[in-house]
Amino acid sequence: MKPALIAVCAVTLLVAGCSRKSKQLGSLQATATGAAIVESGGGKQIGYAGMLLDQPVVVQVNDASGSAVAGAAVYFSGPSGVSFTPAAALTDSSGQVTSAVALGQQAGRYKITARTRDASGKNITLMIDEVALGYQQTVGAQLNALYCVRCHDPESTPQRVSNMDNLSVKPHPFTEGDTLNKMSDEDLLAIISHGGPALNKSPQMPPWGYTLSKSDLAALVSYIRAVSDPPYQAAGLVYARNY
Amino acid sequence: MKDRLRSLWRFFFSDSARAFGSASVILLLLLAIAPAKNHFSQWRHYQKQYLHLIRGRADAVTLERHFQGGIQQIWMPEQQVTDRCTTCHLGLKEASLADVSSVAFRKHPVIPHSLTEFGCTVCHRGQGAATTVEEAHSSTEQWEQPLLPAKYIEAGCGQCHLENQTGTPFLNLGRQLIISYGCTHCHTIKRPDGTYIVPDDDPPSLKHIADKTTREWIYAWIKDPQAYASTATMPNYHLSDADARDISAFVLAQSTPLQPPIQPLKAETNATVDPAAGTTLYGQSFCASCHAMQNAAGMMVGGNVGPELTGIGTKAKPEWLQDWVANPNHYDPGTMMPHYRFDAKQVATLAGFLESKTEPDFVANVHLDAATPEQIEHGKRLVVENGCASCHEINGIKKPENFAPELSRIGSKPLSQLLFVEGVERSLPGYVAAKVRNPRSFGPSLKMPQFNLTPQQIDAITTALLAQTDRAQTQPPTMRIASVQQTKYEPAGHAGQLMRDLRCLTCHMINGHGGDMAPDLTWEGTAVQREWLTQFLKNPETLRPALIRRMPKFNLTDSEINTLSDYMMTVYQTPEFDRDSLPVSQSTPAQVEQGRQLFYSKFACQSCHIADYKTDKGYIGPALAAAGKRFNAAWVYHWLKDPQALRPGTIEPNQHMTDDDARSLTAFVMSLKSGGAQEAAKK
Repeated sequence: MKPALIAVCAVTLLVAGCSRKSKQLGSLQATATGAAIVESGGGKQIGYAGMLLDQPVVVQVNDASGSAVAGAAVYFSGPSGVSFTPAAALTDSSGQVTSAVALGQQAGRYKITARTRDASGKNITLMIDEVALGYQQTVGAQLNALYCVRCHDPESTPQRVSNMDNLSVKPHPFTEGDTLNKMSDEDLLAIISHGGPALNKSPQMPPWGYTLSKSDLAALVSYIRAVSDPPYQAAGLVYARNY
Repeated sequence: MKDRLRSLWRFFFSDSARAFGSASVILLLLLAIAPAKNHFSQWRHYQKQYLHLIRGRADAVTLERHFQGGIQQIWMPEQQVTDRCTTCHLGLKEASLADVSSVAFRKHPVIPHSLTEFGCTVCHRGQGAATTVEEAHSSTEQWEQPLLPAKYIEAGCGQCHLENQTGTPFLNLGRQLIISYGCTHCHTIKRPDGTYIVPDDDPPSLKHIADKTTREWIYAWIKDPQAYASTATMPNYHLSDADARDISAFVLAQSTPLQPPIQPLKAETNATVDPAAGTTLYGQSFCASCHAMQNAAGMMVGGNVGPELTGIGTKAKPEWLQDWVANPNHYDPGTMMPHYRFDAKQVATLAGFLESKTEPDFVANVHLDAATPEQIEHGKRLVVENGCASCHEINGIKKPENFAPELSRIGSKPLSQLLFVEGVERSLPGYVAAKVRNPRSFGPSLKMPQFNLTPQQIDAITTALLAQTDRAQTQPPTMRIASVQQTKYEPAGHAGQLMRDLRCLTCHMINGHGGDMAPDLTWEGTAVQREWLTQFLKNPETLRPALIRRMPKFNLTDSEINTLSDYMMTVYQTPEFDRDSLPVSQSTPAQVEQGRQLFYSKFACQSCHIADYKTDKGYIGPALAAAGKRFNAAWVYHWLKDPQALRPGTIEPNQHMTDDDARSLTAFVMSLKSGGAQEAAKK
């Protein structure tokens, strides 16, 4: 009798342990369903590990004809550590749900998911990318804000007028992954520390190697890598192959 | 049952040989408990997992060579650090493990410190000596400091770094908010270096408040300051109608008339005021550099040095406005606002303009009967109870000492000393954040008022407070990176009085004292020519094409301008070199031409500077089209050689120029005399 009892207990414990993950958010009573879910704002933000993003994430549920649907249930989810306030809500009269997002404890890229159901009960999902900066990238972000953005960011703000249009050779915004991802860390370091002419490019990019420290330069490179879009993939270790 | 036990006893211990054998077996089993526990311990499990992970990787051989089994420990007795975290966190130093998904084995993100020299718990907290996951990371009865959540990690930096760091934006923000919201009017916060945090929000004195505003406005303001100005830093005390009525009665009753008194309004002046002229004068005087005002589109435009002016006409009495605009020193000798030296017409124009900026709704529903002596007495009691005099000067009430708990060691406060209420996370960061977010959630009778903060600001303040730990206060002074305090520099003599009247140091920094809105003037006498300086003081021009802020025109007399120029040219000189050491007459036309080539091609200076308004568009540095009339050649030369040496923190990069290049560029820059921005605008 006893072994049987123990076995039952063990199985129960096991099931209880596993079922924690499959626990669902309190399900909402949706009054409508949509055919598509789209991002209205808050994607591709650059935040900090563990912190709230500056802007909330806003998604919109549309029907087949592309007009907004009110009362559809939207569920947010993300990698471990990402929190949403609220994590689930019904779309408002303009078909939108707004959620404040705090990123997880680790620096890196976060893919968060917004999900709703269509009329047949099938899940429709939307992936939104966000970036969390760690210590080194944060240093890079601060240096970028002080030295680089005025030329490398085409956007002007009331506090800072962009200088990009005044340059005969246009600098690359740091999010321009298509170009910057092709450059090695060494090339980036060389161009930042010795200026454009180091790589046979425009002298309008001045040398920063006599103004910034080595760790500052490394921080800038890590920041540029962190914000690039599409994401930067490091080449990884290279080993001699045996032929 | 009894029989069964007896037979068992007999089986094992019936005779001495058997008993000896059984006892030996039991002893062996008992002795095996400790090794077995060790064998099945959590950290061994992690080390096995780690080995499994690295053996599957390309650089397995290197990683395995680095691996050391057994309990690992970072021990620094003088720091009271015994950290065994590296027993399980085995990949912290392995560059190739940066992409591992498991937090336990991932490489530590790049930080400026060596892990072995600082340990882990100094920054992350937690129980360093523990070897189980639960004990090391969470709070237990024996260990109250759990792991610090990542969003407050900058609190770790703040224990030693008392100065702002580039990599700690939230700590910097939190410290700045604690100063600018005036937290330390009530709470004492001692920094680890023994200095105290001094607030800079400068709450107004209430000693002559009746000269400035009405009882109705005071009533509405103390009920809800943010309803008057969304940028107001004064917190909300959630006062009842009766309490607000009595406090406003007392505040007005204690007020004494200013000496000498404010002149009554001249009736004829306001009638002639042209509203368009007021807007122009407000713009020309650069009021918006310090004061914000909501524009017609509802956007807040302007700085945050002075109070918001959107509803100033509802708040201030017309005669007070005239008096203040004419000379702010009369009402408040300690104000940061400069004395603009407006003439009578300008005073009437600007005061009339400000008077027209009203928010009638703010006081529309306030109807107060004349105050009774009992109400005034009750109001006085409330003012004492709420600690109003911690921030404001009030006649007859002394500033209370230690009005609120000291926060010098709040970051190490044991949980057992904190009182939690429902909905507040049971942790120190949770408690501090909840207190900052909504102090009255801990009980309606608590005195701490409600501040108007965003979630980011709350996190930042919590980070700064969590840095105030026992460790920070008690560690050896050699561990500390001291904060750079502003000096107490004040310019001297007659010029000094003038500079104080004009409040130069509100915007400019001189000898380590002053504001950061305008250029540092410490060595201005070496940098510029006297003729340029006098001209600039008489009629300031825009030096940077894309900058909104500009030096106001102070209507200075010629003799005042001479005094200021003489003083600055004599006193504000660098000891490093003589401003006349590089006479312009020495430069040759060939050098100028060489400099032009360098300017436009080798160094591409036109990216940031304008040498010629017809061709150049650089928006970042000052325009140089008239540099030859402004600068001294020696300054330009030394600046080109090393900008940061002359002005630390300037963003102009050091180009590591040769002496010849710098000399030629100086010759070219000094040859630019084609007139200032104003002349260019006229063309």
